Amino acid sequence: MRDPAVIRLLPDGRRLHLNDGPIDLIIGADGSPDAIRAAYEAAARRFVTILDELCAELPQLRTRSTVRSPEPCGDIARAMALAVTPYCVEHFITPMAAVAGAAADAVLAAMTRAADLNRAYVNNGGDIALHLLPGHSYTLGMMERPDRPSLFGSVEIDASSAVRGVATSGWRGRSFSLGIADAVTVLAVNGAQADAAATIIANAVELPGHPAIVRIPANEIAPDSDLGVIPVTRSVGALSCDEIECALERGERVAEQLRARNLIHSAALCLQSSVHLVAERSEDARFCKHGPPSALRDERRPPAHNSRRSLQHA
Amino acid sequence: MTDGFPPDTVRCDACPVLCYIKRGQAGACDRYANHEGQLVRVDPHILIDRAKSQGTPLVPFLERDSPWDGELLAPRETFITAIGAGTTYPDYKPAPFIVSCEVDGVDMVTVVTEGIFSYCGVKLKIDTDRHLGPERNLVRVQGEPVGHVTTAEYGSQMLSVGGVHHLTGGTKSEGRVTCETLLELCNGKEVALTIDDGASITVAAGKPPVVNGQREERMRVGCGSATIGMFAKQWFGKVDEVVVVDDHITGVLSEHQAGKMLGVRETGIAIQGRRSTPGRYFQVAQPGTGWGGTNIRDPLSILKPFKPNAAWPGLRLLMVSTTGEHFAYYELDDALRPTERALPQVLRESVERIRENCEPALTTVLFMAGAGGSLRAGVTENPVKLTDSVKHSLTRVTAGGAPAYIWPGGGITFMVDVSRMPENAFGYVPTPAIVAPIEFTLKKSDYANLGGHMDSVRPLNEVLREKERQRQIASSPENPWPLRPPSPGSDE
Repeated sequence: MRDPAVIRLLPDGRRLHLNDGPIDLIIGADGSPDAIRAAYEAAARRFVTILDELCAELPQLRTRSTVRSPEPCGDIARAMALAVTPYCVEHFITPMAAVAGAAADAVLAAMTRAADLNRAYVNNGGDIALHLLPGHSYTLGMMERPDRPSLFGSVEIDASSAVRGVATSGWRGRSFSLGIADAVTVLAVNGAQADAAATIIANAVELPGHPAIVRIPANEIAPDSDLGVIPVTRSVGALSCDEIECALERGERVAEQLRARNLIHSAALCLQSSVHLVAERSEDARFCKHGPPSALRDERRPPAHNSRRSLQHA
Repeated sequence: MTDGFPPDTVRCDACPVLCYIKRGQAGACDRYANHEGQLVRVDPHILIDRAKSQGTPLVPFLERDSPWDGELLAPRETFITAIGAGTTYPDYKPAPFIVSCEVDGVDMVTVVTEGIFSYCGVKLKIDTDRHLGPERNLVRVQGEPVGHVTTAEYGSQMLSVGGVHHLTGGTKSEGRVTCETLLELCNGKEVALTIDDGASITVAAGKPPVVNGQREERMRVGCGSATIGMFAKQWFGKVDEVVVVDDHITGVLSEHQAGKMLGVRETGIAIQGRRSTPGRYFQVAQPGTGWGGTNIRDPLSILKPFKPNAAWPGLRLLMVSTTGEHFAYYELDDALRPTERALPQVLRESVERIRENCEPALTTVLFMAGAGGSLRAGVTENPVKLTDSVKHSLTRVTAGGAPAYIWPGGGITFMVDVSRMPENAFGYVPTPAIVAPIEFTLKKSDYANLGGHMDSVRPLNEVLREKERQRQIASSPENPWPLRPPSPGSDE
């Protein structure tokens, strides 16, 4: 029996919470009360059909993306396919790698079409789409481990930058990862691109064959995983400082390539409390490793108590 | 629906993703999981969430014709249970959580604590007519006495397990085994018990009991005689004779008072066994796994030849067990011998009615304990006022959010059905004693009046922010919501 979609305000009376199956959105908006109301209404209207749209094409969206893959039908599915195509030659990747970010983008777009908002965000389980009018900014807290909800740093995004999407990937997260990063947070032009890139970079933070890393074929955990028999990371033992550096540098090299290809704006890679930043020098200042900000601090969902995976991988 | 996946893979149909979920894993949403081959909802959060069970703020969108008014959205209500809250023992200090929130415009306070109970035990109600053992005989686990057989109830045998004398009054080993037994029973686990001069049973809260290796499926609707009484009218005119085969009392329609009253004609039937009163026979067979809890396989084996002076060719005979699980229909041939025939539709309905009226046999575990001094001191500086407040229904007592029955008289002695409480709500200390959650909910003004620890009262939102060690679960739909402001004099 299908559960109804959840549409409600959070107890603070400000933020909107939308949930349908595995899709869980926390939404905030700044503007006049009428504008916020119109935006939330538009968000809910766009939201309620998303799961069905995606599920209609689920087999194709779970199939490895190639340059010859047929274009999917739905808006969100197309955005997903588009976001993963740059990686499909070198990597195994399916459109599902961008599902969370693409869904967030779609809901945000519906909101900004419906109302004039100063700023707004749609947070889809850590993959976030942002709207900022000139002069406005958001400060985001970055969390290393979902099971330990504390911030390892923060990042400020203002309207003058091109960043409108933020995504985080890691083996501790809701979805499977091939790599060992606790968290890779990526800033990009939209949620879908950030989502796909975070997946690729997190997969690259790696120590192949290291005995402290336990991997299990994805379909042994989730029979219908888009990753099939590909081994995914289930636990990572204590690593030496050199090993941590080595793994982070692998990820960093990939992140630099993506930055050079203009696929990402910047990234923060996190492994066992070590953090590497990939950003323009002048942009470094946007990342703050200490002094947790408050703006998005409580947007995070409560920590997961069991292993999480979601509609998308990594 | 597992299409080539391992046999215990389940397919979740809670949303169109239709995840295949392997045993021990959760689906994409983390809300549904495969628990021992069954699809279960696992919201792993033990704050009880009213919204999830009531659905009030969970607004299905686009179901209404009118546009969404946004006003239906309200913050959901959360009730903090005492499970995992910690205790006040042995210090006299305020309870670990004293939480305030507003409910229906009334400021409410819930005092949340875990009690350490040595005066505690469980009452087991075991739905079976089987003799488990003589009243007052000891109930043992691993050879240690942990309780005794107490007064039987209609259709059920009753055991009392635990209590202060077994926990702390006997040998160390008796106390330890008693404590373990209580813990297992309260947490819904299966426990094997033996009764002196009686049966070996395996019981678990909410599950059918297993008596001497045999699982009880259904409670019989009544004994054979009672069944005749209940169904005589439905049979009258549709059949000439009915025998209800039963381990205890086998009933015969034409001889039974109920048949006589209806004017059922004498049939010349003759039953093996000892006649008690007209139409009621003891000892028609030995106990067993056949018809009606007897060893009967062929029901005709309990009949002697029909008396030719009363019986007639074509006489219609129904034989049925007290649970309706076994039945057979016969007609007498010219030599007055019963010949089996297909059960006519009109009689099939009555047999099904018997079956419908047999409830599933279950084991019920009621936890019973008394709130002691330090527990009450953790709630208020003036413990007797708490007792008074509970007696006058100004304070609602719950255990893990489940309603507790408070015994009249002195003290706060309560009983709670463990199956209405969240899983694994009980713990223990090596004393030995059982740790059980208990919550007292009352109006904030009443709490101040009874000398409550007002300095320790914290708003609900503040407690909810400490996400680190919280688990949220949906409230049980069968439990009343514990936060409703109480109205004096009402029991619930």
